[in-house]
Amino acid sequence: MALRLPSKVLKHILSFIDSNEDRNSVSLVCKSWFETERKTRKRVFVGNCYAVTPAAVARRFPEMRSLTLKGKPHFADYNLVPDGWGGYACPWIEAMAAKSPSLEEIRLKRMVVTDECLERIAASFKDFKVLVLTSCEGFSTDGIAAIASTCRNLRVLELRECIVEDLGGDWLSYFPETSTSLVSLDFSCLDSEVKISDLERLVSRSPNLKSLKLNPAVTLDGLVSILRRAPQLTELGTGSFAAELKPEAFTKLSKAFSNCKQLQSLSGLWDVLPEYLPALYSVCPGLTSLNLSYATVRMPDLVELLRRCSKLQKLWVMDLIEDKGLEAVASYCKELRELRVFPSEPDLDATNIPVTEQGLVYVSKGCRKLESVLYFCVQFTNAALITIARKRPNLKCFRLCVIEPFAPDYKTNEPLDKGFKAIAEGCKDLRRLSVSGLLSDKAFKYIGKHAKKVRMLSIAFAGDSDLMLHHLLSGCQSLKKLEIRDCPFGDTALLENAAKLETMRSLWMSSCFVSFGACKLLSQKMPRLNVEVIDEHPPKTRPESSPVERIYIYRTVAGPRMDTPEFVWTLHKNPEIGVSKLAIK
Amino acid sequence: MITELEMGKGESELELGLGLSLGGGTAAKIGGKSGGGAWGERGRLLTAKDFPSVGSKRAADSASHAGSSPPRSSSQVVGWPPIGSHRMNSLVNNQATKSAREEEEADKKKVNDDHQPKDVTKKVNGKVQLGFIKVNMDGVAIGRKVDLNAHSSYENLAQTLEDMFFRTNPGTIGLTGQFTKPLRLLDGSSEFVLTYEDKEGDWMLVGDVPWRMFITSVKRLRVMKTSEANGLAARHQEPKERQRNQPA
Repeated sequence: MALRLPSKVLKHILSFIDSNEDRNSVSLVCKSWFETERKTRKRVFVGNCYAVTPAAVARRFPEMRSLTLKGKPHFADYNLVPDGWGGYACPWIEAMAAKSPSLEEIRLKRMVVTDECLERIAASFKDFKVLVLTSCEGFSTDGIAAIASTCRNLRVLELRECIVEDLGGDWLSYFPETSTSLVSLDFSCLDSEVKISDLERLVSRSPNLKSLKLNPAVTLDGLVSILRRAPQLTELGTGSFAAELKPEAFTKLSKAFSNCKQLQSLSGLWDVLPEYLPALYSVCPGLTSLNLSYATVRMPDLVELLRRCSKLQKLWVMDLIEDKGLEAVASYCKELRELRVFPSEPDLDATNIPVTEQGLVYVSKGCRKLESVLYFCVQFTNAALITIARKRPNLKCFRLCVIEPFAPDYKTNEPLDKGFKAIAEGCKDLRRLSVSGLLSDKAFKYIGKHAKKVRMLSIAFAGDSDLMLHHLLSGCQSLKKLEIRDCPFGDTALLENAAKLETMRSLWMSSCFVSFGACKLLSQKMPRLNVEVIDEHPPKTRPESSPVERIYIYRTVAGPRMDTPEFVWTLHKNPEIGVSKLAIK
Repeated sequence: MITELEMGKGESELELGLGLSLGGGTAAKIGGKSGGGAWGERGRLLTAKDFPSVGSKRAADSASHAGSSPPRSSSQVVGWPPIGSHRMNSLVNNQATKSAREEEEADKKKVNDDHQPKDVTKKVNGKVQLGFIKVNMDGVAIGRKVDLNAHSSYENLAQTLEDMFFRTNPGTIGLTGQFTKPLRLLDGSSEFVLTYEDKEGDWMLVGDVPWRMFITSVKRLRVMKTSEANGLAARHQEPKERQRNQPA
């Protein structure tokens, strides 16, 4: 029996559905549901900017108010994607300017954004409110100035870890005196000093300002003056937290913080002088999020701070916290949901990294709500992983980075298979997993079999053979993104499981054993995948069997892309060498 | 090695799920540890061999001592550890500031330090390591690391190094496994001398300067064959003369 809902009713029902995953399911029910859904979707998310054309998106969602786009693959964060690969925002902005002038929000991640692009945004969208750029590059502070000066109703301007050509701090002065709508401003990744008086005035006339993240050039004095004008802040990123030690400076700072009664999130804290930390004590009890990952603060000072943060849910910290500090976190921060421990030394040869597996074990035991972990340390044990899995079956994200490649369990000298088996089996809701250390086939067999909900998997320096990749691609039912580096995986597993790739957003493999011939074959046989070979050496000179430096494979309905640089080979670009010479039965 | 039996495939066949197969078994040809051949000069897939097993200390120098064709030291791996570039830059900046600051303080406090040496920070290849410096010995492939903060004098240090490289303890084997007689690294009477590279990149004989000055200027150590210790800023000219018969 077919149920026909009048579209008005359906529309009303759909107005309660925010999740895009749900909306995607709705749109598959039948044509009329597809039509109603697409006309009511306001927030559009495109996980891979090359999976679909801008025009198609604009056409499908006429009521779009918010667009989120992601460009480069995740490993671009670690310099594995050469410059110029792609991920350009311009074509999207052009298309939206033409078709969706009511667009209010744009969020871009790992994309190349130019000043022209930013100017276009400012000029084309009359009611533009939100611009969030994460890990983007290609623009200068001039582009930011254009946004600031033209978007009269701008509420959110956030530059998160972008690479910006910094032409000075003037951009801040481009916010017109009439602009009072600002809710969130994040310029923490910029280098230049802004005029503190400009900032003070901006803050004073923005009564709705809730989130402010300053750059390291803002001094403690500057911070005090800002806090005085914005005691309503809920999120604060400080500037530099060091200054000549003066008791009056400390008192002023302390007082300024104690007036910020709504502060929930604290970050920044560059160049921390430990003597100034006690100024934060008054806000600690209210903090739910604390990012100390840039603060080279050592143990006793850290603990003094953390033991006051009983409501903390998210903690990012450097390994200077040591196991002892993590033990303290386990006993004081019972609400902790997310922990990230970053290395304080980039040098791989460092032998004195202060955290061990024990630190993570403490937190796993003590923090019942812990569901997301990113942990860097030198080595690990199976026993620790097993304990963590047993104690925290509610883990959703587990990223362990054992910095020493191929490091086995240092107590038993075995691979870490058993440990990761426990994680895969025990943490049934695991959605994101990064593995490291010495791993054999078995580990991947377990992961393939048990990690049913894992959507994103990262692997480095692991494996003996193709079998491991085969386990992953033939298992891992929910796998959407797989990124692999420096593993001896090759053609067999890839070609055998080609169909799997259409169910995934993308696959990245670098420094593996995939041959050029296999890439060509895959390209020919799977037209709905874009197979990109990213290699500094031109394809013509390469024999079929030679391994390629990097491949990036992603499903797409947009067809081959036209903006590839020289070092990216696609079947489409060089069809004359495209046909594989390998025998085809 | 692809375990063909498990995958149910013939030895030289690669089958695409769509019923095609490639001739030649490309993966089988490439595979195994012949890394060098398949890559040529373009780069190398790092295998477990490039990273000595946990338990012995890694040292970039050890590989070059072994004389194998250019393995990359683990600290040169691109994009590893996986830290975003903003964070990486911040770390490197931190270390530069910290060592600059501590060198300043070290200068200021030299006048009135009669207490234990404070934490010593050293620059090795532009990166700071708290107190640990590399030690290599001629003829030994694997370098070690020693914590200068844990030592209070040259005698102390020499003892540790002798234990590390030469002594046979129950349960462990001295790295060279051969020498059992005590070494006198400091008095020039044995086959080996202890040398160090200072901040300016010069190699000097250990023992010339006061300990405290030494630990602020040493970058790394080398247990060198006395016969090769020519031209080093020598402490005792006479015992060396008879051993300096050949250029290094």
